[in-house]
Amino acid sequence: MGILEVKNVGKRFGGLKALSDVNLSVAENSVHAIIGPNGAGKSTLLNCLVGKLIPDTGSVMFDGQSVLGRKPYQINQMGISRVFQTPEIFGDLTVMENMMIPCFAKRDGAFELNPIRAITAQKDIIAHAESVLADMNLLEKRDMHSASMSRGDKRRLEIAMCLAQEPRLLLLDEPTAGMARADTNNTIELLKEIRDKRNITIVIIEHDMHVVFSLAERITVLAQGTPLVEDVPAKIKGHPKVREAYLGESQPA
Amino acid sequence: MLGLDRKDFILLLVVFALVVLAPFLLNPFPTNSAMAQFNAGYPDLMQRFVIFGIFAIGFNLLFGLTGYLSFGHAAFLGVGSYSAVWMFKLLSMSVVPAIIASVIASGIFALLIGYISLRRTGIYFSILTLAFAQMSFNLAYSVLTPITNGETGLQITLADPRILGVTATESGSIPVTNLLGAEMRSTYIMDVGTWAFQFNVGYYVCAAIMLLAFYVSVRIFRSPFGLMLRAIKANKTRLNYTGLNIRPYTLAVFVISGMYAGLAGGLMASMDPLAGAERMQWTASGEVVLMTILGGAGTLIGPVLGAGVIKYFENIFSKINSSVLESWFAFMPENMQHAAVYVSEHFVGPGWHLTLGLLFMLVVTFLPGGLVEGGQRLSRLFRRKPQKDAARDSTQSNPAE
Amino acid sequence: MDAIILQILNGLDKGSAYALIALGLTLIFGTLGVVNFAHGALFMIGAFIAVSVQKLLSLSYVTLDETRTDFLGNPVKVETPYVVEWFGPEVGATIIDWSVPIAILFAIPIMALVGYVMERGLIKHFYKRPHADQILVTFGLAIVLQEIIKHYYGANPIQTPAPDALQGSFDFGVLIGFDPNVIIYPYWRMVYFAFAALLIGSVFAFLQFTTFGMVVRAGMADRETVGLLGINIDKRFTFTFAMAAVVAGLAGVMYAPINSPNYHMGMDFLVLSFVVVVVGGMGSLPGAVAAGFLLGILESFASMNEIKSILPGIDQIIIYLVAIIILLARPRGLLGRKGVMEE
Repeated sequence: MGILEVKNVGKRFGGLKALSDVNLSVAENSVHAIIGPNGAGKSTLLNCLVGKLIPDTGSVMFDGQSVLGRKPYQINQMGISRVFQTPEIFGDLTVMENMMIPCFAKRDGAFELNPIRAITAQKDIIAHAESVLADMNLLEKRDMHSASMSRGDKRRLEIAMCLAQEPRLLLLDEPTAGMARADTNNTIELLKEIRDKRNITIVIIEHDMHVVFSLAERITVLAQGTPLVEDVPAKIKGHPKVREAYLGESQPA
Repeated sequence: MLGLDRKDFILLLVVFALVVLAPFLLNPFPTNSAMAQFNAGYPDLMQRFVIFGIFAIGFNLLFGLTGYLSFGHAAFLGVGSYSAVWMFKLLSMSVVPAIIASVIASGIFALLIGYISLRRTGIYFSILTLAFAQMSFNLAYSVLTPITNGETGLQITLADPRILGVTATESGSIPVTNLLGAEMRSTYIMDVGTWAFQFNVGYYVCAAIMLLAFYVSVRIFRSPFGLMLRAIKANKTRLNYTGLNIRPYTLAVFVISGMYAGLAGGLMASMDPLAGAERMQWTASGEVVLMTILGGAGTLIGPVLGAGVIKYFENIFSKINSSVLESWFAFMPENMQHAAVYVSEHFVGPGWHLTLGLLFMLVVTFLPGGLVEGGQRLSRLFRRKPQKDAARDSTQSNPAE
Repeated sequence: MDAIILQILNGLDKGSAYALIALGLTLIFGTLGVVNFAHGALFMIGAFIAVSVQKLLSLSYVTLDETRTDFLGNPVKVETPYVVEWFGPEVGATIIDWSVPIAILFAIPIMALVGYVMERGLIKHFYKRPHADQILVTFGLAIVLQEIIKHYYGANPIQTPAPDALQGSFDFGVLIGFDPNVIIYPYWRMVYFAFAALLIGSVFAFLQFTTFGMVVRAGMADRETVGLLGINIDKRFTFTFAMAAVVAGLAGVMYAPINSPNYHMGMDFLVLSFVVVVVGGMGSLPGAVAAGFLLGILESFASMNEIKSILPGIDQIIIYLVAIIILLARPRGLLGRKGVMEE
């Protein structure tokens, strides 16, 4: 029994079948990649996991509890954090302030009205935020305006914010999209470090095969809304069905 | 100190000093001098400064922090005023129950409107609040006349019960508003040479409450709650996926903001016990938006500054008429004088609103950060030169990272 | 039955005005992405063009008629309008009488110019700014325009009568089999409705059948893509804005006889027109028109005594109430496309 169990999930948009009969089981503390050509339904599946979309059929269980019908913030409180394709951070705030928000969310829950006590008095929150920032090599930028950071740093900050919540499942949506090779390699190293150092399950959606094969322990190939194969990376490489699905795609690694 | 860091505490002290010394500071010109018309140190105007300051501080908590632009905040001001006057009619002329009632009533009203309006964001939220405020305004004029006294406005009369106070004074006139017996209208005039400084009870009551309101707003700004509100403005998506429920935050700040507006309305009625529906009109809502923007939305001191500047200029500009203008332009040749008077006439007296509208446009277009940003830009301009090289170095090193 | 028909008719003229203003608002929002709080002011300017033209055409010179004297024995002053002097008494009097329709000829170029100046001088700088800034700056502009009008025309409403020939009422009831004088409807309101229908029809036809209109519609559907096609968007933006200004202005010109123009009529109509846009669906032109008429008629029903006796004050708030319900139940509005500004 995996920590994330997706069973028979289907989703239609009008006449378009975006997902049908998707089954997925992600083992705890593993890295599971979902790959597939454009329009295969990767993002739709991800959105079903985090509560942005509600599937028409099937069930999504996280740690034995259904996530369906819960709002994104409730699902996050269950222990699922999400990293977006383009970094979603609080651009108007400083790096440290960005970090403190997930820390508060972790400590106080979805809503805590404490309008009077000063932030600066919250020593435990600050200490926790600083330790995560230090892990991510962002500590020296703690007072920087986050919107003025480089794209790679924004991505780092976003991952740091997710990690600060100590989630049990981290969802990454094309974390290297639009990155230069060097940045991509840095991100791979970073993710490896996270995988090795923390007790965390990672589900990664990726286009770049290089990233997938250097990180994932299991890979699910999605095509036209249904899982084609699921296996360990070594077997996915050169799998005839996968080649077929990627025919015409620019780079099947 | 008081739970604030050094910078905020100094700011609070400065505001405290300004407010306490306002009767001197706003009265720099001798009573008989030609410049006396620019004095602002009389009770009525000073009261308006601080009352609208409270209104703008409250509006800023909502708009400045979360970015939700309410176009119906005057409705809460109106509710506050009506509740206060009803307290004067039913209970007593003491301002304490009136102010408490105005804060509670407007809070409940804000809870109601906020609960519905906050289901939407962006311009939909603006239009919803506008619709609610216009509804309240229309109702106050029509069906709710038994409560609001329609077009005449709600006033205190000799027939009011005032169960805890007196219906009429011994001389048979309507009693006046007071705090523990000190009448709001009573003013002590201190003559120093040719200056006459006025110290008004009502002003100092309002000022004390305004300082408290300002202090609370600083605390909210610096609290985790305030941080969440700023996060809402910065990125709602991220906040949602960070396990925080946005709605209770926005609702809480909407209610707090509505209570500030109600408090301002209650104080207005405490200074002058009447309330009219026009206080709820959307132009009044627009005015508080302007005050906040002009001063600097999202800054601590901005709304107070904005309220002061607008109320001051409203007062001064409205007083100026063509004969004053003629005397100003008297140094010019006659034709030019006429032309100058003709042009400037549009902007003063009843034309004050024209100036206000223009100001609105200029600020939004050129200074979206308001006076506070303007001040920062100026100070940077003066400090720029010695640091020029250092600044260039740091901008160059950034992209390389 | 007769009461219902009467209320529908009564709602038509206000509904027409809402629809015309909302049409322009939607056009501007859809293509330019700008929330124009000064649109009501354009409507008001239109109404004051009617006022000005009427005044202008009635401009007179004074002569003294020595043959007649008033009770003090002074010669009687005779005012002769210039148009009478130029075109003779018959034609001159007709021109003055028909000054409101004539004002349309003046309003089209003036409003186009006003729209052009507004868009080039102010609005264009706000395309990329947040909606809040757009609302605020156009709100400021609305105040300025309103105050200028107030300065020159005063605060009181100015009566601007329709032509004599259209002053009376039309017994609509007789036409459809009711007793005489049951359903009577003023001629001018009929004219207004017909005019509005014509104007709406021409805007739609323009958008439907011209290349220009096609680009505008494409722009409303997907602004960014159209921008990428290499089409000069700027010019079209300006033209669209000017067109919306003309539509609002003409709505104002023709409304002058129905409701004597005053300086704050723009604001009054603006708030309601925004509500109309939201109800119809932000970005949907047919939605704006439909919602305009719908709300106009609803408002007229709500002001029936029978309804007011059950729900006092409902006529004052019906439009807002409907808007609130719609916004909550169906945020994209009656005919709005899915996903357009839903949040």
